[in-house]
Amino acid sequence: MRNGRRNSVLIHLAAIVVGLAIIAPFALMVIASISPQSNLISRPLQWIPSTLYLDRYQEIFTGGANSVGSAFRSAFANTVIVASGTVAISMVVAILGAYAFARLRFRFRGTVLMIFLATYMLPQIALLIPLYLALSALQLLDTKLGLIIVDCSLVIPFTLWILSNYFVTIPEELEEAALIDGCGRMGALFRVVLPSAKPGIFAALMFSFLLAWDEFMYALIFTSSDASKTLTVAISEFAGRYTTDFGLVAAGGILAALPPVIIAVIFQRYIVSGMAAGAVKG
Amino acid sequence: MSTVTNTPVPDVAAPPVGKRRRRLENHGKLAFWLLLPAAVAVFGVIVYPILRTLLISFFQVDSVLAVDTPFVGLGNYASALASPGFWASMGRTLYFTLTSTALELVLGLGLAALLNAPMKFRWLFRAVVVVPWAVPTIVNAAMWKGIFNAEYGAFNAVLLQLGLIDHYQAWLGDPFTSLNMVIVADVWKTTPLVAFFLLAGLTSIPKELYEAARLDRAGWPRMFRSIVLPLLVPSISIVVVLRTVEAFKVFDIIYGMTRGGPANGTQTIAYYTYVTAFSDQNYGVGSALSYLIVMVILILSTIYLRVLRRSGMSLV
Repeated sequence: MRNGRRNSVLIHLAAIVVGLAIIAPFALMVIASISPQSNLISRPLQWIPSTLYLDRYQEIFTGGANSVGSAFRSAFANTVIVASGTVAISMVVAILGAYAFARLRFRFRGTVLMIFLATYMLPQIALLIPLYLALSALQLLDTKLGLIIVDCSLVIPFTLWILSNYFVTIPEELEEAALIDGCGRMGALFRVVLPSAKPGIFAALMFSFLLAWDEFMYALIFTSSDASKTLTVAISEFAGRYTTDFGLVAAGGILAALPPVIIAVIFQRYIVSGMAAGAVKG
Repeated sequence: MSTVTNTPVPDVAAPPVGKRRRRLENHGKLAFWLLLPAAVAVFGVIVYPILRTLLISFFQVDSVLAVDTPFVGLGNYASALASPGFWASMGRTLYFTLTSTALELVLGLGLAALLNAPMKFRWLFRAVVVVPWAVPTIVNAAMWKGIFNAEYGAFNAVLLQLGLIDHYQAWLGDPFTSLNMVIVADVWKTTPLVAFFLLAGLTSIPKELYEAARLDRAGWPRMFRSIVLPLLVPSISIVVVLRTVEAFKVFDIIYGMTRGGPANGTQTIAYYTYVTAFSDQNYGVGSALSYLIVMVILILSTIYLRVLRRSGMSLV
């Protein structure tokens, strides 16, 4: 008993130390974003800001045309649209496909699945130039729609993989009952499989949102104006332009990180339950 | 139950041959329609560029609008393989891959064990652990670039105030040091995902195994070696394959932190390809390089899967 007690104390201590170490860099960025510039460049560094300095956030939220703020806000709006569009399309398309992989018997099933997964091995760089020319011919360069289309090709193999692994774990008997009741395959999918696949669906939603929000290379090459430029491109431009003003980059970075961080924290329990299935059968 | 056996439902165990064939056929048709949208969305985007890039890799193309593009056969591949820049960036990629994957696995395993341990406020700990993974790569890169800054970076401040250094250092100023700093940034962001992946494997280990081992008076090191590690092999191997592929494609974090510098010290193979194709406008060689990356990834994945299969840990 005494041993167990000591172990438990050790575990909690380790968790506190590790947790602090993990969050420290992010906390530094938060502090930098609300510290006056004079604090940030002082030596020795002033860790706790002398005053709460919110000018950078104010500039980002209210800055007029041609300011850092307006560029950031349009990039934020673009990213919201591109990410939600990509997630919506990827989820619908992958749910249908994953059902086929998990439940139906057809020729070349394994091969088709492998080909989808193999696309993950392709470096984006290998597709950039022809994609650029194709998008330009279709007048989709520097548009959000163009970005959604290319992002979907990155996200769908992932969602397909997560979802088909999860669908496999749902007992087939549940569905057979629905089929006997005359539901049809599609009825069974929407009335039986989807409701019992919630952890898998949430995991897939979270992964696809994070992937789409994080996408950088396509956005870097295929967007050029505020009409479609996304946050990752905007932040990398800030970081290149305002090298001396780390506070501003930090403020922008935190706002850009907020949506995925909130979503990941809310859905974190589905990472394991959604992936536990994935680990069983690759 | 009895109602089911009485109704004339086709016997699942032994369906008549004709009926079975028709069911298979039906499945094929339904599967085709269900998979069509995904196939169009994925292959509609990538098939043309893959073939086009393969084609370009056989020609000398010096600009997007080049008119005079002579056929050079495997010349682009030969000149890519002959350039010292290629081998140097390959070496850096290998170093990046081995170091970051090893660190992420070791730290991830420890973190997974901690995530799995009984504790109060476990949800809070898990929420903290998930944060780095959710931070976008470009934000992560900008963050670490600020932390390692030579003039005002917090890393310098910590080391100086602890008395470990006597003046500020340019952590991103030396080629090899900056490659290691990029690895630090990558490890910070990726270890949580690796840990959650291993945690998924850990939770699937039956509790009885630990209890049996405890009855046999096995200590922790022994339990780890005989139970945890063997049963985690599938999860670990997936992590290794995925991380290797990622490392060979790594681009954003390098673009965000160092742009491949200083003195090309952080130029990995994907970044080298990007520079060759876009900065040097050498599309032919750039295309050949991207196919070389694909080949290396294919070879490595095949070797991994072969080894896995031989060790009886096959997944596919």
